Amino acid sequence: MSDTPIDRVAKATPPSVAAKIRGLSDRAIAWLFVLPTIFLLLAVNIFPLIWTINLSFTNFRANRPNREVDYIGLRNYERILTDEDIWLTMQATAHFLFWTIFFQVLIGFTLAWLINRKFKGNDLWTTLIVLPMMLSPAVVGNFWTFLYQPQIGLFNYGISFLTGIDPSSFQMIGDVSLAPWSIVIVDTWMWTPFVMLICLAGLRSIPDYIYEAAEIDRASQWRQFWTITVPMVLPFLMLAVLFRGIENFKMFDLVVQLTGGGPGSVTELTSINLKREAFEKWRTGYSSAYAIILFVTVFGLASIYVKALNKVKER
Amino acid sequence: MSSYSITEPSAFQKWLAGTLVVAYAIITLLPLVWILTTGFKSPVDAIAYPPKVFFEPSLEGYVNLFTTRTRVSPEQLEALPEPETWYEEIVRNRDMVIAGPSRYGERFLNSVIIGFGSTFLSVFLGTLAAYAFSRFKVPLKDDLLFFILSTRMMPPIAVAIPIFLMFRTLGLSDTHLGMILLYTAVNISLAVWLLKGFMDEIPREYEEAALIDGYTRFQAFYKVVLPQAATGIASTAIFCLIFSWNEYAFAVLLTSGTAQTAPPFIPTIIGVGGQDWPAVAAGATLFLVPVMVFTILLRKHLLRGITFGAVRK
Repeated sequence: MSDTPIDRVAKATPPSVAAKIRGLSDRAIAWLFVLPTIFLLLAVNIFPLIWTINLSFTNFRANRPNREVDYIGLRNYERILTDEDIWLTMQATAHFLFWTIFFQVLIGFTLAWLINRKFKGNDLWTTLIVLPMMLSPAVVGNFWTFLYQPQIGLFNYGISFLTGIDPSSFQMIGDVSLAPWSIVIVDTWMWTPFVMLICLAGLRSIPDYIYEAAEIDRASQWRQFWTITVPMVLPFLMLAVLFRGIENFKMFDLVVQLTGGGPGSVTELTSINLKREAFEKWRTGYSSAYAIILFVTVFGLASIYVKALNKVKER
Repeated sequence: MSSYSITEPSAFQKWLAGTLVVAYAIITLLPLVWILTTGFKSPVDAIAYPPKVFFEPSLEGYVNLFTTRTRVSPEQLEALPEPETWYEEIVRNRDMVIAGPSRYGERFLNSVIIGFGSTFLSVFLGTLAAYAFSRFKVPLKDDLLFFILSTRMMPPIAVAIPIFLMFRTLGLSDTHLGMILLYTAVNISLAVWLLKGFMDEIPREYEEAALIDGYTRFQAFYKVVLPQAATGIASTAIFCLIFSWNEYAFAVLLTSGTAQTAPPFIPTIIGVGGQDWPAVAAGATLFLVPVMVFTILLRKHLLRGITFGAVRK
């Protein structure tokens, strides 16, 4: 080590445990700090991913670990992509994704816009609105089955109170045509605040002077909304959609507790379907291929979307 | 007219916006209010039609939550000595006797152990990694950061297959250690991204001054940077804790007994003829209220936490 004045001062300061490692260069410290994290992620994420890829070419079944494992090439992938049930699952997922995002964006943006009118006490109400999103989806989802009970459930009672329909005449969870909407409603209830918070940040990032300038130019409120507010919030909104899209593509806990995929399989989203294949039918090789397909889908869609998002941001 | 600002909404606009938002808030909070109140209802009141807003509070749900009970015949009940405690009396009124404690306490404790264990580990490792990413030239930095983030895109069920096999081989299935390691790995991406953001905001000059004063890198890190980042570290910790606390998919697949946490357990609380809703609500209340309190404490950092630091305010 060199003998610069700094080093001499450093030597004069009380030595501690750190002194023993003070010889380490910044580079060494950087690696020392980063490696445990990378190692953990390799062990719990990448190694399993590689294992999954490997399994996806086999006919392995985890409930029969001693049976001989055959490599069957791409047959698992072939079977999944030609399986009609999986396409039904994908349709259910698409329905869920589209409508949850639609309602969450609509309600979330409206709420954010209203909160940004800066009425008295808006901070308090914002915090209260956010509460559902922070709670355990499984526990809350399970309780919603109680709210959805025909007759005694609060939801059915509320609907009958507003519309006059007999509360025991419809079953949100038990009915094939209503069940897909029952999960959309609960997910919207839970996650609208998320979109709202991000939109609110977007709205608050618009500097006042832009509106002042528009006012001087005598632009109408309507015009200001479409030419200033919407374009400036759009990148934030798109980010919110990205987050919700990824999360809802992975959706498991809330829906499994609400409907368990039923009735029949009308609310069987991909994650629930995958769980059945992997942990109930124990088709491990098959479901590994399924998992890889899902991962590639999310990753591919997200990458395309992020590119679009960056373009919007650049404008 | 001097104080008039053209960007300030009018009083009427404010009133209308306020009314609409408050109306939404009340509707959206109803399910939560219903959880809190159902916990204090008697089984009859809980399933009454029309749904009861006013009712005589009862602790039966909480008693049922923490006990297992067996039905006894009226003759046997007669023969028993007088109930010694208020909760025994509640149970006796239903022609039952307390057979023992329920598993709720254990499951709740598991949630606490696994939640705090994984939070501590992920914040500890995350702080180190975030500091390195924030201050040093780490090769392939952007790739590594993206890699850390991308681990969050995989559906938990997809990762669960090999992890299930791995845990089985290593003997980690249904253990606290296994769940702590797993949740740490899931949480660490959030921790690194959030903490890096917080550390980027601490001026480098502080450390540089400390280094010139003769501190080593390590001393500068824990005597200068850590205290500055304390708020950020605390809020990151709460986010990690809430995630582990709420997690369900891994918990239901990888734990069944010893290490089972509360979320897979609460929906299995069964009474006579289906779920015992007051007991479920009581269990949910005890489980959800801490998160509500933390959310209110966190409100300033909420946005940052839920968006991985992508949006700051």
